[in-house]
Amino acid sequence: MPQTEPPVPEADAPSKASFWYDPKVRAVFYQIGALAMVGMLAYYLMSNTMANLERQAIATGFEFLEKQASFEIGESLISYSAADSYAKALVVGALNTLLVAFIGVVLTIIMGTFLGIARLSSNWLVSKLAAIYIEVFQDIPVLLQLFFWYAFFYEMLPGPRQAINLFEGVFVCNRGLIFGIPAADPAYAYMAIAFLAGCIAVYLIRRWAHQRQDRTGQIFPLFRVAAAILIGLPAITWWLAGAPTAMNVPELKGFNFIGGVSVSPEFTALLLGLVLYTAAFVAEVVRAGIQSVSKGQTEAAMSIGLKPGQVLNLVILPQALRVIIPPLTSQMLNLTKNSSLAVAIGYPDFVSVAGTTINQTGQAIEGVALIMAVYLIFSLSTSAFMNWYNKKMKLVER
Amino acid sequence: MEDVRLPNTPVDDIRPPRTSIGAIGWLRANLFNSWFNSLLTLVIAYALYQCIPPLVRWAFIDSLWTSTGPECQAADGACWSIIPANFRFIMFGFYPYEEQWRPAIAIVLLVGLLIFSQYRRNWKKYLFYTWIGGLVIMGVLMRGGILGLTPVETSQWGGLPLTLLLSVFGLTAAYPLGIVLALGRQSRLPAIRSLCVVYIELIRGVPLISLLFMSSVVFPLFLPEGVSLNAILRAQVAIILFTAAYIAEVVRGGLQGMSKGQYEAAEAIGLNYVQTMRLIILPQALKIVIPPSVSILISAFKDTSLVVIIALYDLLKTTQSILGDPRWMGFSAEAYLFVAMIYFICCFYMSNFSRKLERELDTGL
Repeated sequence: MPQTEPPVPEADAPSKASFWYDPKVRAVFYQIGALAMVGMLAYYLMSNTMANLERQAIATGFEFLEKQASFEIGESLISYSAADSYAKALVVGALNTLLVAFIGVVLTIIMGTFLGIARLSSNWLVSKLAAIYIEVFQDIPVLLQLFFWYAFFYEMLPGPRQAINLFEGVFVCNRGLIFGIPAADPAYAYMAIAFLAGCIAVYLIRRWAHQRQDRTGQIFPLFRVAAAILIGLPAITWWLAGAPTAMNVPELKGFNFIGGVSVSPEFTALLLGLVLYTAAFVAEVVRAGIQSVSKGQTEAAMSIGLKPGQVLNLVILPQALRVIIPPLTSQMLNLTKNSSLAVAIGYPDFVSVAGTTINQTGQAIEGVALIMAVYLIFSLSTSAFMNWYNKKMKLVER
Repeated sequence: MEDVRLPNTPVDDIRPPRTSIGAIGWLRANLFNSWFNSLLTLVIAYALYQCIPPLVRWAFIDSLWTSTGPECQAADGACWSIIPANFRFIMFGFYPYEEQWRPAIAIVLLVGLLIFSQYRRNWKKYLFYTWIGGLVIMGVLMRGGILGLTPVETSQWGGLPLTLLLSVFGLTAAYPLGIVLALGRQSRLPAIRSLCVVYIELIRGVPLISLLFMSSVVFPLFLPEGVSLNAILRAQVAIILFTAAYIAEVVRGGLQGMSKGQYEAAEAIGLNYVQTMRLIILPQALKIVIPPSVSILISAFKDTSLVVIIALYDLLKTTQSILGDPRWMGFSAEAYLFVAMIYFICCFYMSNFSRKLERELDTGL
């Protein structure tokens, strides 16, 4: 600004107000101010950090990822040993997180849906029990629930020799949950292929059926045919491959079980805690979704002659799902984020592995940045999906 | 004209069938209204019959309430004695034993303030000043150092006061920050809007535990040499930064609920941005978001338990550490149930309050 310009008395020149009162100038000024403040804060923190790192002789950068991790991980989906690199250890952790999140999400949706429907049941006992469950489990911190289930496994359950036999071939003891699986056989691989082929076939039939219905108005019994294909194809494959029935059943040998699949107490406790906690929230979401569809919709659908299954499929669910899906995804994301509490009960999830890495290398900034980045990827991909879904499900209005 | 004969008995003497009123009617309508529901009722009643008596036996009949640890080991039932025997430690952690009346008064004061604030007739300006005064008194009580109170280092704070402090201070400090972020997100200035969006989405995308890790291992690196913050304060900062992002989203919901006419009317009478927000928009928007704010308080209260992971002695950590005592080993269920009950009572009270508010504030629009 030139200094020579004489000050203009505002009262005399209302038409030519000071540039300061121009909203555009102000907007630029505010934004530059805000950016400068954030930049200065970042610079201040960075310079402090750099000085501190130098003083404490902590390395920077992500070179440590290549180095040997030299710590064991209790459970892993891929082969891992202490001789592997930190990068591989972190991948193991991320896979463990994904595993518990995936199984947790599936179980939570099933359990939450049942609870939500139970909450709306006309049976007083069922409805009240569901209400008590929802209220109690929502109001207790999930970490406390995790500690409780973990203690339950370690303190209250007997050792392997007195293991509780829940069903045929399923044992619970303080070493976790142990159950039998079908013994390895090539037939199961064929069955998986048959199932995939069935999925593709159902998809094609569905397209054809929709086109035919658009053209001729004839309705194809899609659900029954799909169920027959999806169950029948693998079943026939199983029978053709020699119908293997051998089971790999756990047996008590000495002090522990041999055979079968054993799930560690840490994993079981984590899964149990997360599912029981999140299901209470999902139940509320499902209840709200069902209640959001007014009774008139059902009545109108029935009056135009739809069958009960069609009423549910074509009228109720599309409307209820529009209300249910967005909060449901955020609950699923919560479950994934809460799975980071695994670190408190010793399940080697991503946060736990990253924590060990931080302790060993001292590179806290990189470690925490990695944790944040991994969870951000989960959330951002979920919200990308949500945006796509919302666009797809948006009400087409006049 | 037809010959219509009315019965001689007066109409109000004709009662509904006995099976559709009273206890039987209630049972028929609520428990046995279809074959499926009848079956369900019977199955559940049987399951409850199988579960409840042994549980009651364990919790009340066979239980011990005032014994020592070894006596408990010998008994069959629940060992509630773990609670009275360690009550002071669970509640106050490492706070000096003779001074524990101070956090006790602070808790009573805080609970009193919370109960006082739940009545809408008290929602006046003086409530705000009462809160400020109350928080200062609580801080003095906890910290000491003046008025002849022995100073107590924050590193010795623990138990329930720490849990309450982290959540209440967390929400109080996060609220203004959250409002600023929400306003920023609604701003027309692209630079400010994107800064706020990035902050909110970044924080909401990561678990609280990563921020707590950051507060315990990265935050000390941010500070200049020689300056250090104690662990509780660092965790408090992490909780505030975390909660603020969630509050921002709640407040944004309220701001979006305002009709455009409100902004235009404010502009028309010549109010500037700050005046518009302070006098017109925020008073209305914040009122809408009171019930969801209570939900945030509930989750902040539950989330403070996560400080266990960075080894702060909150309510959950003190309980966990008495379980490490060999005399009381093996009674986790009793100890955790006790703590769960404290959390449950607090959260249940708050969520009922939030539901009541929602009903009261609902103007049906």
